[in-house]
Amino acid sequence: MLARFLKDEGVEYIYGYPGGAALHIYDALFRQDDVKHILVRHEQAATHMADGYARASGKPGVVLVTSGPGATNAVTGIATAYMDSIPMVVLCGQVASHLIGEDAFQETDIVGVTRPIVKHSFSIRHPSDIPTVLKKAFYIASSGRPGPVVVDIPKDMTAPTERYEYVYPRKVKLRSYNPVSRGHTGQIRKAVELIMSARRPVIFAGGGVITGRASEALTALAHRLNLPVITSLMGLGAFPQNDPQSLGWPGMHGSYESNMAMHNSDLVLGVGVRFDDRVTNNVTRFCPDARIVHIDVDPSSISKTVQADVPIVGAADNVLNEMLNQIGQRTEAQEPLDEWWETINAWRDERRGKLYEPAAAGEPLKPQQVVEAVHRVTHGDAYVVTDVGQHQMFAAQYYKFNQPNRWISSSGLGTMGFGLPAAMGIKLNYPDEHVVLFTGEGSFQMMMQELSTCKQFGIPVKIVNLNNASLGMVRQWQDLNYKSRHAHSYMESLPDFEKLIEAYGFKAITVRTAEELEPALEEAFRSRDELVFLDIHVDPREHVYPMQVPQGAMCDMLLSKTERT
Amino acid sequence: MRHIISMLLENEPGALSRVIGLFSQRNFNIETLNVAPTDDPTLSRLTVTTNGDERIIEQITKHLNRLIDVVKLVDLTEGAHIERELMLVKVKAQGSARDEVKRTADIFRAQIVDVTPSVYTVQITGDANKMDAFLQAVTPLGVLEVARTGVSGIARGDKVLSI
Repeated sequence: MLARFLKDEGVEYIYGYPGGAALHIYDALFRQDDVKHILVRHEQAATHMADGYARASGKPGVVLVTSGPGATNAVTGIATAYMDSIPMVVLCGQVASHLIGEDAFQETDIVGVTRPIVKHSFSIRHPSDIPTVLKKAFYIASSGRPGPVVVDIPKDMTAPTERYEYVYPRKVKLRSYNPVSRGHTGQIRKAVELIMSARRPVIFAGGGVITGRASEALTALAHRLNLPVITSLMGLGAFPQNDPQSLGWPGMHGSYESNMAMHNSDLVLGVGVRFDDRVTNNVTRFCPDARIVHIDVDPSSISKTVQADVPIVGAADNVLNEMLNQIGQRTEAQEPLDEWWETINAWRDERRGKLYEPAAAGEPLKPQQVVEAVHRVTHGDAYVVTDVGQHQMFAAQYYKFNQPNRWISSSGLGTMGFGLPAAMGIKLNYPDEHVVLFTGEGSFQMMMQELSTCKQFGIPVKIVNLNNASLGMVRQWQDLNYKSRHAHSYMESLPDFEKLIEAYGFKAITVRTAEELEPALEEAFRSRDELVFLDIHVDPREHVYPMQVPQGAMCDMLLSKTERT
Repeated sequence: MRHIISMLLENEPGALSRVIGLFSQRNFNIETLNVAPTDDPTLSRLTVTTNGDERIIEQITKHLNRLIDVVKLVDLTEGAHIERELMLVKVKAQGSARDEVKRTADIFRAQIVDVTPSVYTVQITGDANKMDAFLQAVTPLGVLEVARTGVSGIARGDKVLSI
């Protein structure tokens, strides 16, 4: 019944790991060909694979794990998806109903464990409920503000001896769950008035624009009113970065011009963002002159950290189109923005060519130049997946995104180990595309057992390991705040990555100099059906800049090791 | 400021823990909590009293509304409302105190619902202030045990919380 439902729901792949409580389900999967199961090497990887697929496709990823340790291993991946509002359905085996509460073998109250990190969860209490409960799970996971949904399935609920009539539920209704779509027209009118009369407006667009498939509407609005566009890290690609109106992304390691523009703006139009602390810096000093218009599908995101002057609850796409519609009907002219653009362009010029110093001959490579080179080789249209740390920030800064759903990174939770499995989930579903993983030797070692999964299922991702033999971001903080006392941020005893990768039967190339870089990249990206691991040794002393000064305003930044605003 | 938030909750296992978990997870505070089934067997009514400024209360109601199991919610303190709590108190009742407990109970329109040679059990209903006042009055006489239900409430007039 469960397998039939997954097929009818249009699920092609599920990611998981078997175990006692899930064996009835695995047996049912074995006896059909429609839903393909990918066997991972650790349950956390299954959740990240599903997550990667969901971020690239916008559809919920599906995970299947057994009870107890199977389910608890999935917790980090569920939390990752929750923080970034990613649709996911996690099916957990559970011990048989009559054993629940008795501390039975491999029993964990996984609904209880995951309660603070799921959008909702269900326990199946009768086998005949399976189709309806699963339909509800998929509906909740993927509608409104998406998120992970856990379904706990006691073993006796899937016993093959019990048979029930199966009907695929086309629709479900939940009396207490009706996500809003249309925004309040009056509020939208107020917002439009504020935008049209602002002298220094900015758009601040986030992951909600990508999830809500509102990139087109956003771009149309930005072009219509000639507004500068800043996207959050989650929103990278929501507005094309090759557009002259794009200022990049703001926050802790955001671009100089975006932080300056947002701080000095008199109006912030937030769309599908949550004004989190990595963007606002000290919230009491956030954008002192700005009125805030905040569009979000989730009312609880509005005025959570930054008080909104005009809150609009609704789906980004609908609200932005209604704004365009109202703008079309207005007769009053927009406040001219020439002066504002002059100021912004002056900020851009200030930092042009000063972002980092490329390596001199004979010096170790700079991670930034590696990302720029990968951008060139892939023509800027690869799916770019990252782990967490310095390499993640460099990838976000130097790979330029012109389409949504191409930047795949654990932003909210910052989960090291996310990258490899997420990249695998994407490559599996988009075999003809280049899927590049930027990782570091720290993050990669958290999930490197998944190379085995790549081998079994033939998943040829490209892995760019920015190897600085240290936990770069931790080291950077220790340099800045702990007088360079590098407590446990160095990586001693690194494996010989070439041998390691070759042990799995894949190709590895080590790169140490600028001369070696281009040919290695050419070779790695020549084909799309070969897994290649590039172990690129980069300068461990490099820091990520700009970097906001703790407790400062958005505009308080360190710009390099010697400059600050 | 103190707020009384009342909600209709799906009568499902785990629904209550989601509500309570939300408060601890988001660092909101619960002063009293009261929950029981309603005339509709699929719904429970849960009433919570909490403290916070407008911004916090707004966040509390928004996050509660986001829970799938919360069907409908009202902040009773936003309008005219009736607030009631029931308290059972065991008070020492020996010697001259025996009469004093009885007199105090009468003044508060409380009832003595159980009697032993040494103890009176008093039942009192009213708002939280009345409970506190009664306790204050009988504390010098020797309070042995207190059981309070937590606040329940309902809006005055025609307004109803129903689906």
